[in-house]
Amino acid sequence: MIGIISLLGLIFLARLFHVQIIEEEYALSADNNVIRKNTIYPARGIIFDRNGRIMVANNAAYDLMVIPRQVKNLDTTRLCSLLQIPREEFERRMTKAKNYSRYKASLFLGQIPKEEFSYVQETLYEFSGFYVQERTLRRYPYQSGALNLGDIGEVNRKDLEKDRFYRSGDYIGKSGIEKFYEKELRGEKGVEYVMVDVLNRKKGKYKEGRFDTLAVNGKSLYTSLDAELQLYGELLMKNKLGSIVAIEPATGEILSLVSSPSYDPSILVGRNRGKNFNLLVNDTLKPLYNRALMAAYPPGSTFKMLNALIALDEDVLTINTEFSCSGTVSKPIKCSHNHITPLGMIYGIQQSCNPYFWNTFRNTLNNPNAGGVKKGFENWSRKVRSFGLGSKFKTDLMYEKPGMVPTVEYYDKVYRGVWNALTVRSLSIGQGELLITPLQLANLTAAIANRGFYYKPHLVKSIGQPENIISKYNEKQMVEIKEEHFAPIIEGMRRVVQVGGTARRGAMDSVIVCGKTGTVQNPHGDDHSIFIAFAPMDDPKIAIAVVVENAGDFGGTWAAPIASLMMEKYLHRAVIRKEKEKRILEADLISPD
Amino acid sequence: MREKNSILKNVDWWLVGLYFALAFMGWMSVYAAVYNPEHSSIFDMGERYGKQALWIGTSVILIFIILMIDMKFFTSFAYVIYGATLLLLVAVLVMGKEVAGSKSWIQLGSFALQPAEFAKFASNLALAKYLSSVQINLKDVKQIIRAGIIIFAPAGLIFLQNDTGSALVYFAFILVLYREGFSGNFLILGLLLALLFVLTLLVGKITMLIAVAVIAILLFLLMKKVRKNILSLLAILVLVGGFIFSIDYAFENILQPHQKTRIEVLLGKKTDYRGAGYNVHQSLIAIGSGGATGKGFLQGTQTKYNFVPEQSTDFIFCTVGEEWGFMGTATVVMLFMFLLIRIIIVAERQRSSFSRIYGYGVASILFFHFSINIAMTIGLAPVIGIPLPFFSYGGSSLWSFTVLLFIFIKMDSYRLELL
Repeated sequence: MIGIISLLGLIFLARLFHVQIIEEEYALSADNNVIRKNTIYPARGIIFDRNGRIMVANNAAYDLMVIPRQVKNLDTTRLCSLLQIPREEFERRMTKAKNYSRYKASLFLGQIPKEEFSYVQETLYEFSGFYVQERTLRRYPYQSGALNLGDIGEVNRKDLEKDRFYRSGDYIGKSGIEKFYEKELRGEKGVEYVMVDVLNRKKGKYKEGRFDTLAVNGKSLYTSLDAELQLYGELLMKNKLGSIVAIEPATGEILSLVSSPSYDPSILVGRNRGKNFNLLVNDTLKPLYNRALMAAYPPGSTFKMLNALIALDEDVLTINTEFSCSGTVSKPIKCSHNHITPLGMIYGIQQSCNPYFWNTFRNTLNNPNAGGVKKGFENWSRKVRSFGLGSKFKTDLMYEKPGMVPTVEYYDKVYRGVWNALTVRSLSIGQGELLITPLQLANLTAAIANRGFYYKPHLVKSIGQPENIISKYNEKQMVEIKEEHFAPIIEGMRRVVQVGGTARRGAMDSVIVCGKTGTVQNPHGDDHSIFIAFAPMDDPKIAIAVVVENAGDFGGTWAAPIASLMMEKYLHRAVIRKEKEKRILEADLISPD
Repeated sequence: MREKNSILKNVDWWLVGLYFALAFMGWMSVYAAVYNPEHSSIFDMGERYGKQALWIGTSVILIFIILMIDMKFFTSFAYVIYGATLLLLVAVLVMGKEVAGSKSWIQLGSFALQPAEFAKFASNLALAKYLSSVQINLKDVKQIIRAGIIIFAPAGLIFLQNDTGSALVYFAFILVLYREGFSGNFLILGLLLALLFVLTLLVGKITMLIAVAVIAILLFLLMKKVRKNILSLLAILVLVGGFIFSIDYAFENILQPHQKTRIEVLLGKKTDYRGAGYNVHQSLIAIGSGGATGKGFLQGTQTKYNFVPEQSTDFIFCTVGEEWGFMGTATVVMLFMFLLIRIIIVAERQRSSFSRIYGYGVASILFFHFSINIAMTIGLAPVIGIPLPFFSYGGSSLWSFTVLLFIFIKMDSYRLELL
């Protein structure tokens, strides 16, 4: 008997020695059982406007996550009724999660609002493998600026492959500022090692949190946008297609960037995101198409100042050089305005006289000092480009289009080398092959307002703290026009909004406004109405470009008053010309297709 | 001579010391296994560790009562106690409370009692009484059958309660019979049958039959003696074949599904870490993760966070393994070995055969519990739900082991007065 006892005792000791001291796998298994690595999500950065108003804030929301491997003895029916989803939906989501990973957490049901969530949370412990992750949802106090601010959405496969920061179910900026400044906004994730019991209930920190790291919240962004001006612009453009771009000339900061039709950014938040996104995609008026950055138009008469400036700078005329106009019978371009003839530069701008600018343009190209039409055109083209036309600014604006400024090579190709000023005469009045976006138009206006320079237009001023200005946007861009030539052009623009000019509706009583109308010939329908302006004349605070599509006029009727109201709103913080405002608000210019 | 001092006279302090050492370690392990920081007092009656303290306290009272009772009581009333226990076991079948599939509890107010636990010492007393009263000759078939009835009557009733583990304990009494002259051949036969059982399940009945036939042919060809007894050989062959078939039949048709899978998992025919193998797997993880010196008192995660099932009762050994490592498990195993060997040494020095047989019974029962329980937690035996003596949480179990052991200690202290 003693022998049997001793033998068995020795067998036990040997087995215990093997299991406890020789095998190491068991210790790892114990850790796997009990330790959960939890990611602590940082709050996404807040987005402010130029006056410290919050444009994008965070709301708490909850994501239901699943680790497929840990799902055991699941009462599917109960879970489905708890989450109020049909069974097929459950299967679909589960399959998706399993396809991503059996061991890693996947998003199972996203963005459950706080009210619904508390009920789910109470019973969740019964479903092993499921847990809740607190997230932040975006909130938009101004419900405007959707395309500028952009949106966030669940990461896709490509995002996951590109950046190891992301895990399935994470959120990432999908467009606009949210996308461009994703790295600044997202912050740094923290990790927390917790111990859980067999029912996956949290039991405490692992080793008193020695290996935990804190989450670092995303940095705040201080944009150049004026939240109220942005909202007001969207309001004015209601029932109109087109865009408004307003820039602070002294800095290149974009004050407002409106593309109409606009939409409330909050519809792309939460569980209705997919549905609403589809509505926007399928909308025939294309609300997701950022007209301010992407729609390139021939600038029409708003381009005439540039032709005048280049002619002065090329020294092919003076401001007093006069040309005659034969009105509707003028050759090669007719004039539709009634005015005194012959006329000089200032009056030419005020009256937007086509024959005057044809002559100006022809003189530039045929400049005897240049050495031939093509040399003359090359100078013209280069100086036009120096205003930021024909290329992208490449700042923080997404999906910006370069527009089009033709080159010698371009025309050589089109006309097989044989062409002259007459061939490309449309350029003299801003038509033809020229294509300019509203953003470029506003920048061109700012460069004129600054008398010869501009800063690249951008949306975000500083990151983290208001004083951390992004320095790369502080590089002064000089245009290739001498400063002294701007005075007469600006005087002409001042007269545009005076009695006898083309855009009296663009004027303001208290501030001297300089502007210019334009018409974009639209082969598909009514012409587009354009107006560019800046104010005040001697100390420009705002440069603006307004495009109203299919307005069917030359810019004075609709675009000019919209620009004027925007300037009033920005310079005086309030609009007192209620009659003018009412006329715009009530106008519906979207012609039924 | 009923002074307080005298009842402690001649008590075997080795056994008493080992008993208290094990009970104390058990209490600490129960505390660690169900440790609850919100009720951290070890005497908190709302928690198992508090209750275990109560069971230990009441056990001490039981010990004094046993030591005070006159020795003759146990010899005279052995059959009465046995009979009463059998009645209780029948009663439990009729009016018992079902807990986790076993109908083995009697509810007395707020108090639940497990008669199967007390049946052990009662049966032991009756067996000792019977074997010491007759002219022992365990070659007499009648006597063997009577002894068998004493042993297996309670076992059968317990089996009917669906408490297979506790019923199996009664096989331990075969060791007692062996000591008292029961043929060792039966023990060897038993081991052979067990071997056949395991092998049949492992390799399948067809392979086994072929193997047995091959061995028989070899024996026939190689041994003259065997060739002379060809009829006996054939008879044995048929019996063995029949046994193999019946094992297969029993396994497939009589055993309950959970018992079947437990055995299959143990034999390595199945790996199922989620189902039947889960308990053993988690138990091994707990013990294995303890390493040489353990994670420290109250630092075990496997047991405290319920990964190991039944961590305060049948799998209490895991807590020792996880928190104290090999150091702790080896200590516990050696303490049990000392206890068992000491019981046998003490049993052998008894002058009355009643005491000696009872002593062997105590050793056999404790040995069975100890070996099956530990073997189960370290994956050497199928999961049979029986407690680790003095360690596992539970009033009935601690009391019954205490009574079982201290009746023997009482007998031993009395041996010098028996002349």
